[in-house]
Amino acid sequence: MSRQINKNTIETKKVNSDLFVLTYGATIAQLVKECENAEEINKQLDKMGYNIGLRLIEDFLAKTQMAKCHDFKDVADKIQTAFRIYLGFAPTITNWSTANDEFSIIIDNNPLTEYVELPDHLGNLRYCNMLCGVIRGALEMIQIEAQVYFLQDSLRGDPVTELRVKFLKKMEDALPNSED
Amino acid sequence: MADDILLDFLHMEFVSLFDEMNGEEKPNDLSRQESIGYQVGFRFIKKYTREWNRFKDELEIIKFICKEFWSAIFGKQADTLRTNHQGIYVLIDNQFRFLKRMTDSQQYMDQIGKYLAFSCGLIRGALFNLGIPSVVTTDVSQPPSVKFQIKIHT
Repeated sequence: MSRQINKNTIETKKVNSDLFVLTYGATIAQLVKECENAEEINKQLDKMGYNIGLRLIEDFLAKTQMAKCHDFKDVADKIQTAFRIYLGFAPTITNWSTANDEFSIIIDNNPLTEYVELPDHLGNLRYCNMLCGVIRGALEMIQIEAQVYFLQDSLRGDPVTELRVKFLKKMEDALPNSED
Repeated sequence: MADDILLDFLHMEFVSLFDEMNGEEKPNDLSRQESIGYQVGFRFIKKYTREWNRFKDELEIIKFICKEFWSAIFGKQADTLRTNHQGIYVLIDNQFRFLKRMTDSQQYMDQIGKYLAFSCGLIRGALFNLGIPSVVTTDVSQPPSVKFQIKIHT
């Protein structure tokens, strides 16, 4: 039988990764067709990411059994762990502000952009903008309001990809105010 | 990169995003989801059959889709394969990946099509790259079991 010569069974882990990367790319390609400009695409990516973040945090907490974060440094550590779990690499956390309420995530080789090159007319496209939304959405579910944005992007010629996360405020639990 | 769940979530999100973009004019337009699937399937198969032996006929390709391709993408093999030997193949997956965590009742039958268009595209794209142009449709009577019908253009 010819089948016996096939030594290769498709390896699952790499498949998941490729499948996700390809699907992400195809989604953006579709958005490029639909949307008028790059800002609009960035916005959609952020929105999709946000919705994913809202759900992903549940999965993350269930998988890691982590306790509450006591400060923003702790939050940064856990974001690093989340990157390792979901994207398979640990980014560097650096450039803390003096008040310790802002930090950068440095991504050296981003699996999401493995097969990607941006055409000139999409100069403003933040290819990985979904990540911002995911982080923002996930933090919101643990009562942290944060601002997340790209400072540098290696797809646009910067030496590294740098994501900035800024703590805005702690969200209060909405308690029913009828009871005393 | 490790986790399945990212693709599951991404899939849900682009389904609802494009559904929203359709608005009220074209509520059942699934072409965008299908086309995303097609692009992904086309590229994916190119990479994963690179070191594979040459397929000797159409049936062998379909079997490959049922077993290797299905396991790689949907986490298990398709449960049943039927054919009329005239270019129509029916694949049944009783625990379909994108539905099994969503519903096992018939309550949301009108919504289910949206979540299958991407997968139809995946299969069509993969087959096309293996030299088989086809049309892929689905039929669901009892979720999460899905019947895929592949009709090959001759």
